[in-house]
Amino acid sequence: MSKQQIHWFKYSAPSTFYPLAGRLIPWFWGLFAITALAGLWIGFFVAPTDFQQGEGYRIIFVHVGASWMSMFIYLVMAFWAGMGLAFNTRLSGMMAQALAPTGALFAFLSLWTGALWGKPMWGTWWVWDARLTSELILLFLYMGFIALTHAIDDTRRADKAGAILALVGVVNIPIIYFSVKWWNTLHQGASVSLTKAPSMAAIMLWGMLICAIAMWMYTIAVALMRVRSIILERERHTDWVRELLASR
Amino acid sequence: MLGIVTHTIARDLRLALRRPADLASVLFFFIIVASLFPLGIGPELELLRQLAPGVLWVGALLATMLSLPRLFADDHRDGTLEQLALSPNPLGLMVLGKVIAHWLVSGLPLALLAPVLGLQFDLAPDALWVLTLSILLGTPALSGIGAIGAGLTLGLRGGGVLLSLLVLPLYIPVLIFGAGAVDATVSGLGPGAHLSLLAALTVGGVAFAPWAAAVALKIALE
Repeated sequence: MSKQQIHWFKYSAPSTFYPLAGRLIPWFWGLFAITALAGLWIGFFVAPTDFQQGEGYRIIFVHVGASWMSMFIYLVMAFWAGMGLAFNTRLSGMMAQALAPTGALFAFLSLWTGALWGKPMWGTWWVWDARLTSELILLFLYMGFIALTHAIDDTRRADKAGAILALVGVVNIPIIYFSVKWWNTLHQGASVSLTKAPSMAAIMLWGMLICAIAMWMYTIAVALMRVRSIILERERHTDWVRELLASR
Repeated sequence: MLGIVTHTIARDLRLALRRPADLASVLFFFIIVASLFPLGIGPELELLRQLAPGVLWVGALLATMLSLPRLFADDHRDGTLEQLALSPNPLGLMVLGKVIAHWLVSGLPLALLAPVLGLQFDLAPDALWVLTLSILLGTPALSGIGAIGAGLTLGLRGGGVLLSLLVLPLYIPVLIFGAGAVDATVSGLGPGAHLSLLAALTVGGVAFAPWAAAVALKIALE
């Protein structure tokens, strides 16, 4: 093994990753604070009122980012789960478990803000649109992952079983998405189309992107905090955790 | 190679036929669920005809799912599963045999029963035919995907509820195309597209799911 490889894998050990995560967390919280303030400021004060949708459209600054993150986090979670399965690293499974609640939260937030937007715009809280339905199924997949990993007491088995479920889910996501899409279009013409490209003002787009980056930073910060507590819980029998706790 | 599969099928079928009550309970569950809907909704034939594809498909899906825990549980309890996992034959082929046997005792009878229940919902003859065909085509995928869930939840407390939480979201495409095929027949569009997609899901599910289920079983047996 060459020297560089050793360096690269150094932080895959929980004992070295724990302090690294601790040092990184404040940075990500800081980036989150800056981007969230900037994004919300643009969203509330700079972006003009939409001539069709009025003030109600401003929910997209939360909604779009939350939807993106809910899908992206599932991919990242499945990636770590797959790494854990392939290389048998302990930290990968912990990362996957640390990401799942945040992903579920964003999926829920996306549905919730969508409902809040849908009521004044479409006149209904919920339509069986392809995107709404597949987002709901994504939430179910997160719930299944969390339920499975929490039902297994042996952490190694929990990680591996969760990994298989996450990977099967990733294979299924495109199938589910297209089946729901075809279900809707084969059934009847969609009453409300979300797919039309909005001719969005540049400033609105910027506000949305900055808000999405803020959520990204939030996700990293929270996932690192959660993975730190998972590391402490699982490695409590090791010397380095005992020393760490004794020094507090 | 094929010997393992046929041997497993024969063994599982023999075991299932020695306990016909288990087999019958799945079928009666399907009948009861399908009968509950008219009681809950009302006897208007027009409405029932519209609901029939979805109701019968959801019933068949739940009945398949309820029989899943038995797929590996009995072999796990008496240690057979560990012996099978230790044998030099690929575990995936053994799981494939179990999936096929599971389909023969759940999916196939459900498909044969479905047209009778369809009559209760006043479905037209061509819709009954498509209903049977779609359940025949779709249930192997349900058995295959279900095997992954059964492997993952093997020996866990609250396994049954957990299994449904894991497996039902993955069943959604099969449900959509299965019920969609009958719907399309009723509305005069023709079921070709739906049935093709259903067959594709089954081919994919039966080909790949046993291997994922085999990995799940190995983790559960560790």
